[in-house]
Amino acid sequence: MSIWEYANPVKFIRTADVLLPWVTVAAVICLVTGLVWGFFFTPEDFRQGSTVKIIYLHVPAAMMAINAWLMMLIASLIWIVRRHHVSALAARAAAPIGATMTVIGLVTGAIWGQPMWGTWWAWDPRLTVFLILFLFYLGYMALWEAIEDDDTAADLTSILCLVGSVFALLSRYAVQFWNQGLHQGSSVLRAGAVTGVDTTEKVSNVYFMPLLVSGIGFVLLFLALVLLRTQTEIRARRSRALLARERSA
Amino acid sequence: MMPELGKYAGTVLSSYAVSLVLIVLLIVVSVLRSRRIKAELQRIEERQKKNG
Repeated sequence: MSIWEYANPVKFIRTADVLLPWVTVAAVICLVTGLVWGFFFTPEDFRQGSTVKIIYLHVPAAMMAINAWLMMLIASLIWIVRRHHVSALAARAAAPIGATMTVIGLVTGAIWGQPMWGTWWAWDPRLTVFLILFLFYLGYMALWEAIEDDDTAADLTSILCLVGSVFALLSRYAVQFWNQGLHQGSSVLRAGAVTGVDTTEKVSNVYFMPLLVSGIGFVLLFLALVLLRTQTEIRARRSRALLARERSA
Repeated sequence: MMPELGKYAGTVLSSYAVSLVLIVLLIVVSVLRSRRIKAELQRIEERQKKNG
């Protein structure tokens, strides 16, 4: 039993068929629980008022925007090294999900920033690298659509994914080391913030627990959509191959 | 049932509305495309089987 068995498209589709209903149900339960808990049953923050409730969407979406790109990076590296079509198609399948998460992160951030910072947008380095990541998503998807030959498209998009990973990693760690501009530093996943050792700017458990559930919901939603969309990309690729064979006969 | 959102009600509600619309849109588009491509592949496979 090896993980590379799932590089077989038929095996992948069968496994995804089994997993998809369970992952979908778990995603819905976690998302609904996390968002309802956060929206209806958490208090206002003493500084940010009720806008703190945006955290249950903004943080998980921003984290998934970055993690989706990192998943695409791993899938692209597998394609480059092992030439498994399923991995290239999984990367392609993940891109629109990551792009949507990036838009949610940018829009909720702007809406949240307006009353807190007095502006919708600032050319803060942390906001800017996230915007550049979104542009990379657009470029990545456009490149897949622009190239007819699947293998060439997979090669070129994999290289683009490697380059874009710089911005994904910068977005991931910028909140920790890039202390310029308006965006606050990380206060959710800093070890001290969670364990309570670090008392400065930590997220209270009142907010952290629903945020954690919502975050798990976003991860499961991403997983469910990647499974579904990868199945679709595999079938679309097979359709193109059959039609090409038909035309050449 | 609705929590007291105070002067930021518009801010919070618009964030939730935009995010949920985008998530639902992504799910609907993904499901519809999945169904369309699956049906298309079935049609092609059946046609090729029939034509030998």
